[in-house]
Order: sequence, then structure tokens, then C-alpha cells
Amino acid sequence: MQMDDLYQEMIIDHYKHPRHAATLTDEEVLVDEENPTCGDRIRLTATVAEDGTVSDIRYDANGCAISVASASMMAETLVGRPVGEAREQIRDFVELMRGRKEIDPSELGDLVALEGVKNFPMRIKCATMCWHAVEHALNQLATA
Amino acid sequence: MTTSATMTAPVADELGLDMAALRAEFPMLHRTVHEGQRLVYLDNAATTQKPAAVIDAVADYYRTCNANVHRALHQVAAEATALYEAARTDLAGFIGAPETECIVFTRGTTESINLVAHGWGDAILKPGDEIVLSEMEHHSNLIPWQLLAARTGAQLQFIPVLDDGTLDLEAYRKLLSGNVKLVAITHMSNLLGTINPVREMVAEAHRAGALVLVDGAQSVPHFPVNVTDLDCDFLAFSGHKMLGPTGIGVLYARRNLLESMQPFLGGGEMILKVDWRSATWAEIPHKFEAGTPNMAGAIGLGAAVRWLRQFGMDTLHRHEAALTQYAIERLEEVPGLEIFGHAPERGGAVSFSLDGIHPHDVAQFVDQQGIAIRAGHMCVQPLIRQLGHAALSRASFYLYNAEDDVDALVAALHKTREFFDHADG
Repeated sequence: MQMDDLYQEMIIDHYKHPRHAATLTDEEVLVDEENPTCGDRIRLTATVAEDGTVSDIRYDANGCAISVASASMMAETLVGRPVGEAREQIRDFVELMRGRKEIDPSELGDLVALEGVKNFPMRIKCATMCWHAVEHALNQLATA
Repeated sequence: MTTSATMTAPVADELGLDMAALRAEFPMLHRTVHEGQRLVYLDNAATTQKPAAVIDAVADYYRTCNANVHRALHQVAAEATALYEAARTDLAGFIGAPETECIVFTRGTTESINLVAHGWGDAILKPGDEIVLSEMEHHSNLIPWQLLAARTGAQLQFIPVLDDGTLDLEAYRKLLSGNVKLVAITHMSNLLGTINPVREMVAEAHRAGALVLVDGAQSVPHFPVNVTDLDCDFLAFSGHKMLGPTGIGVLYARRNLLESMQPFLGGGEMILKVDWRSATWAEIPHKFEAGTPNMAGAIGLGAAVRWLRQFGMDTLHRHEAALTQYAIERLEEVPGLEIFGHAPERGGAVSFSLDGIHPHDVAQFVDQQGIAIRAGHMCVQPLIRQLGHAALSRASFYLYNAEDDVDALVAALHKTREFFDHADG
């Protein structure tokens, strides 16, 4: 099935066992984003430690396999990184999805499984929404 | 108009429908998708495909008699005007309108409803007046009333949807005891498939002194709708959901209402006499058709209506009812599949969830197998949320669909189920 291109085992694994997923209270939520075309929703919180690294990302995602897997991989990728590096990673991933940037697969880690999404234009937003959400959360933390 | 539980598929033969010949008239049904697979088109509640007769009518208009209607005195303008007005006559006949002048061409259902909200609602409604809607309204029959309520201080009331997908008619009767000026109700739900008892609801609203607007976007394309029989005050529908071009639709309204209503859009064609600071309006329906109208669209829609009439709307309804019955039975074979909407009277829009698989993933999987269905909130966000979901999948049928399309969908859903069950991370 050609669907393997899109729904790689890695994606199904993250979808069924999302890392850093949590039930969040309204007070904890920093960002609440929705994709009106499909109803996908992500509520997300993040913390930045005193040394400037992203110390925690937790989220409550309700959506398709692509969106949930992307959130799971996003949290795994970004937690523990300096904020500047995390922002760079966010930009790179979004550009990769939009087909505007090539990234060496060896640098992508698990994210390599999401590369196929860029060939399905209707689904790109599914993969990028949580990355935009975490970027907005980091912006909020920076101005707080 | 009754969906008989005992009717079984296949019925196309019984109804004298030659499916192969019928499909042959739709060029789109002959293209392939995803590397040579037959296109199984099951998104008809969103828009239908077009027969060659409609495509040709639009192309012939542009090739042979394109001119602006109602203005110039030259021969081609006269021919274009005659074709445009003939389409209006076709549409009036199609919905049993008593007079051709009661047919206003609009861009579609949405514009028709906005026209009523502005042309009628702005002048009539006062703070405290009520508009009764139902919980199964499409956003196009909800948002214009929200905006009107905000402009006038009127209140919106909602008829609840019961568990089986029908309207709570007792609650409706109670609502009618309020200060109701308008009931705006869908004839058939685009999500649940429910066909509402509009004739009875109109009679009750009239007894309570309220007018009734019927959203016919999902009914006029699929079964016989007669405004004289329904006795409704307004009927709105779209051409593209009934084989016609996009960007053309109809508002039917009673003559006295159209005559008393204010214009919606101002401009050319809708005027009688213009001074610097004032103007008077053209006769109906032209008062509501400002600017150069969608002539090719109207002519294409007229051709669609004539094409549908060769089968008869009753035949079309019986075909779809039988196919829907078959689809529901077959879909329920898929493990973890739940269908929303079990009204005894229902049309061919079947919404469902597949346990543990997001509708977007479902639609993607079946698309890869050549099958076009819809996934999302279907423009009824509040109702979907009330059903406990953010999105659903929907298959919706038209005249050219048959059992082979349903079989293809069911097989694809089984495959989807297997993929997600076995891909166990």
C-alpha cells in the first residue's frame, strides 16, 4: 500500500503512544490551537529553565495520526535543547514540510518519518500545527 | 419520499436506470485517480459532478450567444436574455413556484439566505423578536441569523436534535408560543441525512404567525420539492449540488414578500429611475439581481434541471433511498463503525466514525483507493461537538452512484481498519 509512505510505522507508534502527552488543566495551558478544517486541536504548555533550555513540553492533542505523531516527535526533539536551537529546529521543520528546504535525513532522527507528509498538501497543516503552537508558547515565555 | 426499510438494492434496474449509460454522460466519472483507479465519487452533498449536457450548455452560451442580458437591443442580447429567462421558467417549474417572478437568481444558498436576512430581517425584526432555527443547521443557515440578531437585537432559539437524529417537535411547538417572527429550517440535514417534516412545521409556524425559510440545499437536488405544497415563504438552494455550475443558486419567495422587501445589493439592473440622491427599484425579481448576473450559470442550471427531469425526481429519490439503505447495512459490517443519524425519513448523506481512527486518516486512506469522501465538521460545528466529536467522515450519494461504489467504500474501510489495528507500535 502506498499509504506506507505517509503512515510509516514510526508515525503509528507515536500516534498510539504519544510521548510527553498529558491532561492539562486550563491554568497550565499556554497555547490552544485548532485547525478549523478538520477540528484538530492541541493544548500545550512549555517551560524554559534558568539556563535557557526547553525543560518541559506537555500537550493534550486531539487529532489525526499525523498531528498527534508530529506533536509527540516535536516534544521529544525539542525538550532539553537551548531555546535558540529549538526555534531553529521549528523553522527548519516547517520549511521542510512546505518543501522549501532539504535536510539531511541523518539529522532528522524520528522526524524523518514525517518527511512523506510534504507530498500530501492537504495534510501539511496537520503536521505543522503543533510546531506553530510550541513556537507561540516560546514567544509567550520570552515576553513573560 | 419515504425511505422504505424493505426496499433492497439493486433497484437501478427496477427503476429503469441504465447506470452504465447514465455514468457515460459524466466526463468526470471517467477520469482516474491515484495511478489508474476508477474515481468513486461519494462527496455529493458537497458538490455534484456535471453531465455533458450542462457543460455543453455553458460552453454553447459562450460560443454562440454571449451578451449582457436585459440591456442592449441587438439580436444576441435578445437571445441571451431569452435563454436566461427561460432558465428562470425552468427553475420555477422545477419547484412548483406559482410565478416565474418569484425566482431570484443568486450565487447559491448562502447568498439567498443572506438576502432574506438583509432584505426582510433588517426592516422587520425588533429587539425581543425571535428566530427559530434547529441544532442541525448548516453554518449557512446559522451565521446570517447570528449577524441579523446582532444588528437588530432579535434572539435565536434552537429546536433540539433527538438521539435518532430527528427534531424534537414538541420543543418546536413550545418555541412557537414565543414572539417568533421567522423559522429558518433545513429540509434535509447535510450531516445526519434527516429529512424534516417541513410541511407540518410550516403549517404550525403559520398558525403562530411566523414566516418560514426552508434551506433546500440538500433537498431540492434529491427529491421532489414543491413550494406550493410546502406552503413555505422562502426556499433557498444551490445549483452546483444538483448537477449545475458553481456560483448560481436560487431564492424563491412569495410575491408579496419580494415586493415589500428592501434590495440586498444595489447597482445596475435593479433600478427603475435613478436621481443623484434617490432611486426607485425595478420590478421583482430584477430588484434583487444587481449587476450583470451569472448568465452562463443560470443557463447551465436550467440545463441541469431539464436533464434531471428526464428521470423524474421521484425516481432519483427512490434510487438514493435504496442505495442509502444498502450503504448503512454494509457500513455497519465494518468493526468499530458508528453511523450518526437514524431518522426514519433520511436521504443519502451518511456520516460515520471509525473507532480509534481520525476521520482525516480515514478519508486519506480511502482516497488512496480512489474513493472521494468528506472528513471534517461538515459546516455544522456545534452539532458535531454535541455528538462528542471534533470531526466525522461522510459518504453522500447521487443519481450516478450505485452498489459498486458502496462496495468499494466498504472494502476500503476494512483495509483502513486492518492497517491501524495491525500497525501496533
